[in-house]
Amino acid sequence: MKVLLAKIGLDGHDRGVKVIRDALTNEGIEVIYIGLHKTPEEIVNTAINEKVDVIGISSMTGAHNLIFQRVFELLNERGKNIPVFAGGIIPDGDIPKLKEMGIKEVFLPGTELKGIVEFIKGLS
Amino acid sequence: MAKVLVMKERKSRFTNLSNMEIKNVYTPEDIKDIDYSKDIGLPGEFPFTRGIHPTMYRGRLWTMRQFSGFGTAEDTNKRFKYLLKHGETGLSTAFDMPTLMGYDSDNYRAAGEVGVCGVAIDTIADMEILFDDIPLNEVTVSMTINAPAAILLSMYIAVADKRGIPLNKLGGTIQNDILKEYTAQKEWIFPPEPSLRLITDTIIYCARNLPKWHPVSISGYHIREAGSTAVQELAFTLYDGLTYVEEVIKRGLSIDEFAPRLSFFFNSHNDFFEEIAKFRAARRIWYREMKKRYNPKDERTMLLRFHTQTAGCSLTAQQPYNNIVRVTLQALSAVLGGTQSLHTDSMDETYAIPTEEAVRIALRTQQIIAHESGVANTVDPLGGSYYIENLTNKMEDAVYEYFKKLDDMGGMVSAIEKGFPQKEIKESAYSYQKEIDSKERIIVGVNDFIEEEKAPVEVFKTNPDVEKKQIQRLKDIKGNRDKKRLSRTLHDLKRAAKGDENLMPFIIEAVKSYATIGEICDVLKEIFGEYKEPIV
Repeated sequence: MKVLLAKIGLDGHDRGVKVIRDALTNEGIEVIYIGLHKTPEEIVNTAINEKVDVIGISSMTGAHNLIFQRVFELLNERGKNIPVFAGGIIPDGDIPKLKEMGIKEVFLPGTELKGIVEFIKGLS
Repeated sequence: MAKVLVMKERKSRFTNLSNMEIKNVYTPEDIKDIDYSKDIGLPGEFPFTRGIHPTMYRGRLWTMRQFSGFGTAEDTNKRFKYLLKHGETGLSTAFDMPTLMGYDSDNYRAAGEVGVCGVAIDTIADMEILFDDIPLNEVTVSMTINAPAAILLSMYIAVADKRGIPLNKLGGTIQNDILKEYTAQKEWIFPPEPSLRLITDTIIYCARNLPKWHPVSISGYHIREAGSTAVQELAFTLYDGLTYVEEVIKRGLSIDEFAPRLSFFFNSHNDFFEEIAKFRAARRIWYREMKKRYNPKDERTMLLRFHTQTAGCSLTAQQPYNNIVRVTLQALSAVLGGTQSLHTDSMDETYAIPTEEAVRIALRTQQIIAHESGVANTVDPLGGSYYIENLTNKMEDAVYEYFKKLDDMGGMVSAIEKGFPQKEIKESAYSYQKEIDSKERIIVGVNDFIEEEKAPVEVFKTNPDVEKKQIQRLKDIKGNRDKKRLSRTLHDLKRAAKGDENLMPFIIEAVKSYATIGEICDVLKEIFGEYKEPIV
């Protein structure tokens, strides 16, 4: 199983995404973490080139609605149905909309690592 | 005689957040190596362990300074006035992500982020609105801005200049601490070397022109938020500070010309006593290093003055009202640690930027500590406590271990290039999370005392028209500028950036000609290049 992790938008809060990376790596899952300030284009291109099974995107900027929509547009354009999960600072009220868009799950602060890892394993 | 029953302890090992083992009780034995006059002393006297002023809060309370900014300059100007009306004593500006990264609001990378996490500033026109009707010669203004700090400071100077306020009357702070951007907050633009030049340029410019300004706020806050321990926060921050000092000295200034205006910014996290010990150790180490390295004549050079913010990363989305209690304890640590100014987080900040009501409670928390609790009646009330003094020593020892490692790596810039502080921080973040997952550490409402139902909190919504409005204003300004003047000032800036002149006067001229933050950064990127992070 291969997971792509990225930080989207311009903020630099990468504590959560790095903790998730370490948790997945310790479970023997291959993780490609491409770092901060990535655009939807950069994320989707890397996901396709690296043939990943799952995409995980961390957002703390409040621009999640717009940015995630763009991610799904790009995946659709390329005819790819790679599951996407999200984490970060996302108001509860936005979560149903994101799930409708196609996000498999949104992990908020305070979520237990084990649960996240199990969920991701179930995605591929 | 009946004996007191000795109960088995709840845990085999009690630790603080730096993973130091804490004993069940501390006695005179634990402070027997301390020399009172050399290691503790009186407040306002070396080594300043107990505080930088003899009277501390009996003389003046700390500045209550709530970090705020969102939407357009008009929106934030309104929030500033609201806070001042409710008794805040200083302003602190949050800029949006595009501003922090040096992008204009109409840049494609800014889409969706304009005015969301802070206020959007593109040109001096926005800055004028932001501080409309606010007396810049009376209120001190702090600006959380780093990579493009010289540009925002230039805009502030230009606004004051337009209003006829002399520069020597301007009081405030720019964060302007790029080293912790590479290790923690990660809002960078240029590589370390040219970034350090920009910082030394601002320090030197301020030393000569804005004597009441703090040109850099050396920040541990973000290092801690990124997951470091208290010890790592303290060690990396102080080492960053020493790095800046050395850079300015290399440019020919004497220590006393600029060091009295350096300030620090720390986090106040959950472990009450550990934080107090951290603040006390910070003052002592800074005093000792300044004294040893530079033997300054001005006592103020050796004083570590600092702002504190309660730990955003300690707030929980679950049962958000509990955050008010966490913030109270953290704020109390900061006050008992002798902070000069304080921001208390609002209970709803894991959801969005805070509502007015949440901010008011946060501010009231400080006012209750200041006026009701009695802790401000005497200076450093915990000084002499066996535990606190022992812990202060331990923090200091642990910091010096990190100093040695960083020295061996050839200094902070080379340690950053090797990914050392980044790796230390992310490892601490991971072990902290594992402790929570395994319930070694209990976080109320998160891994114990869990409730099914979330307490409903009202969530702040940014006006969705902000981006459109901001882009329109930018377009209007771009259409109405004197293009010749603009291209001349940008050309001059480019020439200066290639050489080694102080860039501040050139940036001030550029912002006065309505150059945007993005245009100025583009000129500098051409000469300086852009930073690429080593992923660790």
